[in-house]
Amino acid sequence: MKIVVLVKQVPEADKVAVDPETGTLIREGITSILNPYCEYALDEAVKLKNTHPEENIEIITISMGPPQTKMALLRCLELGADKAYLLSDRKFAGSDVWATSTALKEGVVNLEPEFDLILAGKQAIDGDTAQVPAEIAEQLGVPQITYGVKVQIVDKKVEVKREIETGYQIVSARMPALVTMSKGSNIRRIPSMKEVLNARKKPLEVLTADDIGIDENKVGLKASPTQVARIFAPPEKVGGEIIDGSDHIVAAKNLLEFLIVNNYIKE
Amino acid sequence: MLKVDYEACTGCKVCEKVCPFAAIIVVPETKKAKVLDTCTLCGTCVNACKFEALSIERRAISEEELAKFSGVFVWGEWEKKEDSNKIKRVVLELLGKGRELAEKLGETLSVILPGYNVEHLIPELFHHGADKVYLCDHVLLEQYTTDGYATTISSVIATEKPSIVLYGATPNGRDLAPRIAARLALGLTADCTGLDINESRQLLQTRPAFGGNIMASILSPYTRPQMSSVRPNVFSKSNPDSSRTGDIVRVNVNLNRITIRTKIVEEIVSQDDSINIEEAKVLVSAGKGIGDKENLKLIEELAQELNGTVSGSRALVDLGWIPHPQQVGQSGKTVAPTLYLALGISGAIQHLVGMSASDTIISINNDPEAAIFKVSDFGIVGNMFDIVPEFIKQLKEYKRVQTEKPG
Ligand SMILES: Cc1cc2nc3c(=O)[nH]c(=O)nc-3n(C[C@H](O)[C@H](O)[C@H](O)COP(=O)(O)OP(=O)(O)OC[C@H]3O[C@@H](n4cnc5c(N)ncnc54)[C@H](O)[C@@H]3O)c2cc1C
Ligand SMILES: Cc1cc2nc3c(=O)[nH]c(=O)nc-3n(C[C@H](O)[C@H](O)[C@H](O)COP(=O)(O)OP(=O)(O)OC[C@H]3O[C@@H](n4cnc5c(N)ncnc54)[C@H](O)[C@@H]3O)c2cc1C
Ligand code: SF4
Ligand code: SF4
Repeated sequence: MKIVVLVKQVPEADKVAVDPETGTLIREGITSILNPYCEYALDEAVKLKNTHPEENIEIITISMGPPQTKMALLRCLELGADKAYLLSDRKFAGSDVWATSTALKEGVVNLEPEFDLILAGKQAIDGDTAQVPAEIAEQLGVPQITYGVKVQIVDKKVEVKREIETGYQIVSARMPALVTMSKGSNIRRIPSMKEVLNARKKPLEVLTADDIGIDENKVGLKASPTQVARIFAPPEKVGGEIIDGSDHIVAAKNLLEFLIVNNYIKE
Repeated sequence: MLKVDYEACTGCKVCEKVCPFAAIIVVPETKKAKVLDTCTLCGTCVNACKFEALSIERRAISEEELAKFSGVFVWGEWEKKEDSNKIKRVVLELLGKGRELAEKLGETLSVILPGYNVEHLIPELFHHGADKVYLCDHVLLEQYTTDGYATTISSVIATEKPSIVLYGATPNGRDLAPRIAARLALGLTADCTGLDINESRQLLQTRPAFGGNIMASILSPYTRPQMSSVRPNVFSKSNPDSSRTGDIVRVNVNLNRITIRTKIVEEIVSQDDSINIEEAKVLVSAGKGIGDKENLKLIEELAQELNGTVSGSRALVDLGWIPHPQQVGQSGKTVAPTLYLALGISGAIQHLVGMSASDTIISINNDPEAAIFKVSDFGIVGNMFDIVPEFIKQLKEYKRVQTEKPG
């Protein structure tokens, strides 16, 4: 059985900000990481591989991004992926969700057409759209199950525990299918020395648009229906009154007064 | 690709200063601009260069093509509540906003309503501003499935050709909208917090990205309809006018069981279905600072005294102390109650994006540097285990005195 895991390298979101004066992204000292939700997806694939030895599972990670995305893919190989592909080409620059999903779909079709399951993160913490996986599923013509927290394989079907607003659902689909993960356990696991050494022996291929036969008119800015017109800093909220609470009786009294004055206490 | 015209470039460095992505530099040796790999083709520098040295080749489309599309459409999502169906609140919020957009464009506002036996939901949609409802009634639409709903809604969009389609960014809305966008090869802007019409009659879609650290305004200039998903609790609900009516269009739905490829095996409703933190007016929210699951009792008691509902940070959900439907934040729910109390919550950006739109925010935290204070209207630096019990005591006393007052 083949499981494709789609992974994205992202800047650590906490550290990205817009300079309110110049309107430019402040990128100094920002490190790139494997998107946490992608890490959940990879982790779930590794769990399936370990619990289903009879399926002979092979885990293939695919990413589209600039050349330095190799680092994120290396991390995937350390964490248990068997093989990694990076789609990297200037022709992909400026891709929105539609163009990104087109490139990744072409990647899957050309590199791993026999896939059984695709696992993706629910969302990438930079672009934050949570739309790429569903658009890939549609372009590949396979069913999707989003917001998964646990994936099981039960007689050739994939069964997913899925978060919904009121709790959970168990949803099943015949494979091939695509599942996105919104939670997991092993976030930011540190691989062992052996895993690190092993990873360097695993295949990591970098491919251009031509290598996978993507028509350049189908990707990049010209193929993107959405366009970012402007980027700006979020309006800052002016902080209110902050008081010292070392005397808890006075603090509680001040809080009560604040609530009464603002009409929040009703009998 | 961003092109530099070396003849025109004077090396003035304006592009370097304005690029949000630090993706263009002026090479000291040549004094000419050079584009780096990190360029996202956002176009900022093109507009800034006074010498017309920069250009991006973009796609074009004729005005006549675009003019064939008209009307603002909203997906009428509903939910089961105590055995009856109810229109989701975000739909009413979208109708309020949709009405405004439709009027600016001089177009009509419609709802696409897929479901089974949901005709009784239609009057409420008219009362909140819809001119027309496309009723898609079919037994296979009794429950939400990606395939059933995507097929139904795509075919209405393809035949009716609206100029705008809006979806609530609920879990199902975020599952459905990209599926439809890909089927129709359309742009889709995620999780919008602002929508407006610009001078070229385009939908200007504003959304947070990078976990709420930056905002982006997005256009879909070449394709129609323009589609967006919209965060719940961002726009206000329109006031209902019970005298309003409209047209009902009965859509002939063609669905087959085998085209629906997923099956809902089981639904596990979290203990108390009545807890809906998205609709609560007062939220008492706890973080890891409560230290022990036992201490949730104190939070519950406070919530009860304030007529509020308990919610929490992801840290508590990860510990299994509160269920996921009560989580506030990026990977939980976006809430905007009138009063939000944050107790022992540090204020990580992923938490703030889910609650910073609340009317009033109060926080108690023993760390004066906690980020939660930056968004608080009233903050107390102190130990919540001293302050909260004392506050409950004083509040009870206050209420007692109030009720004893004559008149
Ligand atoms: C500020 C800003 C706002 C934007 N808003 C929009 C918008 O509203 N609509 C729009 O169409 N475009 C938008 N874009 C462009 C968008 O960020 C890119 O198209 C991006 O590739 C979409 O990915 P995401 O980060 O949203 O991914 P998501 O859809 O959030 O990613 C979910 C999962 O899909 C997989 N995945 C995503 N990207 C890749 C990849 N490159 N390689 C491998 N796997 C991947 C991963 O498993 C990931 O966990 C925006 C760009 C910026 C800078
Ligand atoms: C992809 C991703 C998505 C995420 N999504 C979410 C999300 O949706 N929602 C969310 O909340 N988080 C989310 N997080 C996690 C987030 O980054 C933080 O880790 C989390 O919000 C921290 O929760 P906390 O504030 O309860 O805990 P902590 O950060 O541990 O804060 C505890 C606070 O309690 C204070 N405290 C301790 N004792 C006392 C006392 N006696 N009295 C008063 N104060 C006290 C401390 O000073 C501290 O500020 C996400 C993270 C990632 C990477
Ligand atoms: S702003 Fe224009 S002229 Fe100035 S350096 Fe950049 S490309 Fe050259
Ligand atoms: S197009 Fe945008 S990202 Fe590219 S160089 Fe210009 S300003 Fe920077």
